[in-house]
Amino acid sequence: MSDTATMQAIAALIPAGARVLDLGCGEGALLDFLQRERGCTGYGVELNDANVLACVRRGVNVLQLNLEDGLAMFEDNSFDVVLQIDTLQHLRNAETMLQETARIGRSGIVAFPNFAHWPNRLSVLRGRMPVTRHLPYQWYDTPNIRVGTFKDFEVLATKNRLRILDAFGLDNGQIVRRLPNLCASRAVFHFEHA
Amino acid sequence: MPGFFMSFIATPQTMHFPEALPLQSGASIRDYRLVYETYGQLNADKSNAVLVCHALNASHHVAGVYPDEEKSEGWWDNMIGPGKSVDTNKFFVIGVNNLGSCFGSTGPMDVNPDTGAVYGADFPVVTVEDWVNAQARLLDRLGIGQLAAVLGGSLGGMQAQSWTLQYPERMRHAVVVASAPNLTAENIAFNEVARRAIVTDPDFHGGHFYRHGVVPARGLRIARMIGHITYLSDDVMNQKFGRQLREGLDLKYSTQDIEFQIESYLRYQGDKFSTYFDANTYLLITRALDYFDPARSFGGQLAQAYARAQARFLLISFSTDWRFAPERSREIVKALLDNGRQVSYAEIDAPHGHDAFLLDDPRYMGVMRSYFDNIAAELAKEGV
Repeated sequence: MSDTATMQAIAALIPAGARVLDLGCGEGALLDFLQRERGCTGYGVELNDANVLACVRRGVNVLQLNLEDGLAMFEDNSFDVVLQIDTLQHLRNAETMLQETARIGRSGIVAFPNFAHWPNRLSVLRGRMPVTRHLPYQWYDTPNIRVGTFKDFEVLATKNRLRILDAFGLDNGQIVRRLPNLCASRAVFHFEHA
Repeated sequence: MPGFFMSFIATPQTMHFPEALPLQSGASIRDYRLVYETYGQLNADKSNAVLVCHALNASHHVAGVYPDEEKSEGWWDNMIGPGKSVDTNKFFVIGVNNLGSCFGSTGPMDVNPDTGAVYGADFPVVTVEDWVNAQARLLDRLGIGQLAAVLGGSLGGMQAQSWTLQYPERMRHAVVVASAPNLTAENIAFNEVARRAIVTDPDFHGGHFYRHGVVPARGLRIARMIGHITYLSDDVMNQKFGRQLREGLDLKYSTQDIEFQIESYLRYQGDKFSTYFDANTYLLITRALDYFDPARSFGGQLAQAYARAQARFLLISFSTDWRFAPERSREIVKALLDNGRQVSYAEIDAPHGHDAFLLDDPRYMGVMRSYFDNIAAELAKEGV
């Protein structure tokens, strides 16, 4: 999650001045953007040492915590928006983390690589797991341990009684609203708990 | 240290306070002095001061060296100095020795002005809050209204926390390293064992050993040995000493000889400590540790205690620190989150146990440097 277009597409979902928690915030670029451009406040959660340092360096509040240890530190509805941008697919407890995201935030935004994007489908049809710009790993070394599709997420959201406020695909920095499950390399969901 | 790497020269100063300082216990102390050191230059608007609070066996000598004294680097000399993580080219750093200490500020070895006799065991019990009040008076006298940051590790971190609760407007930032919102029962237990070692030493004389011209060195040695074990991790002790014998490969089948390297190390540390540390000071400081508990007056609700804090916080803990474990720092983080305060938290995966806060870990030093660089940038932007 580094390209500006993606960042802006996600930022557009976040109200100005919102209190934001960014789970798996990386180097803190999105939070930094939200603070500077949209007057948001908040914290990033990150495990990686280099990323934590990068956040501190750019003046973004960062908490070095392991998401797999749970989010008991955060109270219900204590944030306007909880973000999980390219985080969910790395988590063993992806469903629990989705529930936690919904619990902590008045709304949640999740973005992840869409495994049903047509080049991925073609690759699987050819008998091989996809290795693309968005999924650049081999099947045996990928950190994406939870690969799912745009449609899969809709099912999971329904199962967890999440109300989807908006959902779209992203491809090459463009928002994709037509057939996102086929045409978008990445899926974005904005939801709230019922 | 070879001369080439030698740090700058530090010069201790003394400030005398004739007026009585009321203490939490209800007692008070008057005509006392605080010894302190400063590094760097206080800027024109006096906004770049950083107060460093010390832990159990440390002092005002935070950074720099004393001339013609070997191994006299301050205890945080690796972090504080010109061009270092806390850069004294940018900040005016103050190290102050706490009341009750044995390194220069008024303590049990001094004469009580009310009785004309040495305080000894009668030195009043001082708390973290009392120390902070005394430090605040020092800042008043130095003409510093608001600190750029208050910084401390371990017990020093407790003082940094307390600063943000007692004087919420007097600092922009609080940096709390390897600390805790209070001591656990296990921690108090270790302190108690150390205190019993001292108090039951026949040379202790109820704390008035100065009169007898002796020092309860045995008690101090054991207190230090226990303390030292708790500052290290099992891993680092195994790595450093393992089951190594001091000489040769054969067991001596003795019960009292020093055979294992770890025994030798602990005895050395204990011996060294007993030559320079005061027994009454050890009792006082461990008690201050036991007592610190800002949530106590809020029914144990740390978040309520922290409602007063306004500073922006950086907390750092170390994964193998079992004396002031990461969970304890996370409790502080949570209390700050619950109040919507600005906080960053780094949990450094270091093998060295509690001692890690005094050592050079590039991740630790990197976070410190970045955080303080940002404070300096913030001051530069607002000043002028």
